[in-house]
Amino acid sequence: MSGPSGQQEYDVIVVGSGAGGGMSALILSIAGLKVLMLEAGRHYDPVTETPMFNLPKDAPLRGASTPDKPFGFYDATVDGGWQVPGEPYTQASREPQQRFDWWRARMLGGRTNHWGRISLRNGEYDFKPYSRDGLGLDWPINYADLAPYYDKTEMLIGVYGETGHGLENTPDSPEGILQPAPKPRAYELLAKKSCDELKIPVIPAHLAILSQRQDHTRLPAKLFPHSALGQKVVAASMQSRAACFWATPCGRGCSIKANFQSTTVLIPPALATGNLTIITDAMVREVTLNSAGKADGVIYIDKNSRQEVKVKGRAVVVAASAAETARIFLNSRSPLFPDGIANSSGLVGKYLMDTVGAGVSGQIPALENLPPMNEDGSSGMHLYQPWWLYKQQKAGKMNFARGYHIEMSGGRGMPGAGAFGGLQNFTEGAYGAEFKQACRRYYGTFVHFAGRGEMIPNENSYAELDPTVVDQWGIPVLKFHWQWSEHEINQAAHMHKTFADIITGMGGKVTSSIETDGRNAIASGGSIIHEVGGTIMGADRKKSVLNQHCQAWDVPNLFVTDGAPFASNADKNPTLTILALAWRTSDYIVEQFKQRNI
Amino acid sequence: MAHDNPNHNTNLKRRDALKLLATAAVAIPAISMAGNAAAVMAKTKGAELIYRPTDPDMLKPIVPWSMTLTEAELSDLELLANIIIPADAQSPSAGSLGAQHFINEWVSAPYPQQKADLVLVRGGLVWLNGEAKKRFGKAFAQLNTDQQRQICDDICFEPKAAANLKHGARFFAKVRDLTATAFYTTEPGMADIGYIGNKPTATFAGPSDEVLRKLKLKS
Repeated sequence: MSGPSGQQEYDVIVVGSGAGGGMSALILSIAGLKVLMLEAGRHYDPVTETPMFNLPKDAPLRGASTPDKPFGFYDATVDGGWQVPGEPYTQASREPQQRFDWWRARMLGGRTNHWGRISLRNGEYDFKPYSRDGLGLDWPINYADLAPYYDKTEMLIGVYGETGHGLENTPDSPEGILQPAPKPRAYELLAKKSCDELKIPVIPAHLAILSQRQDHTRLPAKLFPHSALGQKVVAASMQSRAACFWATPCGRGCSIKANFQSTTVLIPPALATGNLTIITDAMVREVTLNSAGKADGVIYIDKNSRQEVKVKGRAVVVAASAAETARIFLNSRSPLFPDGIANSSGLVGKYLMDTVGAGVSGQIPALENLPPMNEDGSSGMHLYQPWWLYKQQKAGKMNFARGYHIEMSGGRGMPGAGAFGGLQNFTEGAYGAEFKQACRRYYGTFVHFAGRGEMIPNENSYAELDPTVVDQWGIPVLKFHWQWSEHEINQAAHMHKTFADIITGMGGKVTSSIETDGRNAIASGGSIIHEVGGTIMGADRKKSVLNQHCQAWDVPNLFVTDGAPFASNADKNPTLTILALAWRTSDYIVEQFKQRNI
Repeated sequence: MAHDNPNHNTNLKRRDALKLLATAAVAIPAISMAGNAAAVMAKTKGAELIYRPTDPDMLKPIVPWSMTLTEAELSDLELLANIIIPADAQSPSAGSLGAQHFINEWVSAPYPQQKADLVLVRGGLVWLNGEAKKRFGKAFAQLNTDQQRQICDDICFEPKAAANLKHGARFFAKVRDLTATAFYTTEPGMADIGYIGNKPTATFAGPSDEVLRKLKLKS
């Protein structure tokens, strides 16, 4: 990547290279703006670095999770995980229920390199939750505002799924946008049968994976009707991507570019415009302000020289990941903003959210002794269960206000570290020939159901600067505060009961604990890695940091395009909404340049 | 010291080549606190090689720590691995595929879980030989198959193990779990249970009619 070019002033500085930063860089550079992207981690190229077919036996500890590589050796995370070397964060409380664990990656493309690829649209209710049930906060936009950007994002990145289900608050994509969904696996069909009895809908999942090659002759003109440059670079990008070959885990990244990563889908075409410069190993500390009260650039620490560098831009887009974005804002202090840039509301760092997570495992005798079959598939879900009890909640019949969807896994996957661990509980301690027989019998018979539910933003879940701790770059670190409400806790308990019912309906045995107290079921804050909020958008500048364009109320040339603007965190996984919202915000930025407002 | 068998199925030759590097890496207290990732920077003298466990070369994996167990311990673990997963008509034994070397790699790793397992496995081996001597007057490896089975039967399932053998059962469960990982991550182990994925295919076929009928999803 090219280095800083002296005192050049860029049109836009984009902080971060993940979903939000990648999308912003692409849209802004296609529009002809000169863009500088800063990434805190190293350069990373999935085409040359992805261990596609590599076996666990070739990896240390057969690829097991370690503190250095928490999701296993082959996980596409560089210098990251729950801890980043030399970059600590702190907790306000020692209580386990009040922790927030923060997953970061220090690499080009950020967490899009390893993410789950689950790409669900927020529905109409999800943008106006306060109006619907009086809890949480409304967004200053509604579904109709974002729908065209969901359409375009799905066409650009490639999402498989199925349309025409007409389920409540579960938007169907218009015809002709989604790629064909793969056939369900055996265990998914068995789960569907059980869910049918329980009146839980099961439909094809939406994942950002190409089930066929993109139509590079038709789509670019639909996406960028007024930009020859945009059509050219996106067509070339689409041509460079292969369809999924139904093998190898997406979490390692994808060298054939079949799934969505910022590094394979957004950054290459952005670079091809000739308008994007990328500096890696650039740890941004603060956004700088000029005497007119506008952002005029950023200061970053060059990790190689350990020196600070100032770069200038006419506008600044921060997409560093929700909490890191809040951290940069809080660290950007000036006489005008002594508590951090654009923080006249005092809400920077507030309303931090994650997703409610709880899971139950089971063993299904019906799946025993099946003939060998390849169930690798897309490596993610082929079917899923969207939330289904909206009417019961509306009628006040539930003890929690918001929904969850179900993500299921199982099947005859590749054995890795931990294979058949704990099988003694099924065999009363078999060893020898009996153990080998048991492994043949039980292989592929285990299923897991994970709930992913909405968390309502609250006053007690937030990040602030720790006044006593800096990281190895001399930058003050975040201190996290966290508190679940009864809504999340009761929801987690409901998940456990539901999943036990599904497993029982499959004729199976539950193999993990079923907790009636949600406190014992809920995953700790941050652990689902759906960190959003922190610089929320809103309709009232006293009650939000950003306006409906994700533009800072206080600083008109400062924008946020990661998950930090989210005013709620629907059960739908956030990445697709981050991408769509970043595109919408970037269109607005381009318009502001055209109108000479910036 | 490492006890590297160049014939077994892990990448020990590469490991030997990187011994200097590995020694340097382990010399730095890589993991001092549970749950904390380490910023390990180990450089070879005069060379530009840098190994950081948070950013390894995933296409050319190495095991950057040296091995802890002795030849005698490896020999006992090979015996146990063969008792836990013996050869049959379908696949070889776990010991013949080098399960003991994987267990050595595991318990030698500088992480909290593996450090705890080192104590469990090493202590367990000493206990096992002591139990064998107490019952039959000989080390475990010198017992006949029936005598070995008598001990294993008593420690193969912790919930049913006698109170004074619970720790032996914990040791046995750990060795069984590690042996299973070692065996079923090899090609013969994957073939044994019928894993047939990790191959590129043009389409995802989904379950066959035979499978659907067995699951009563199709008549």
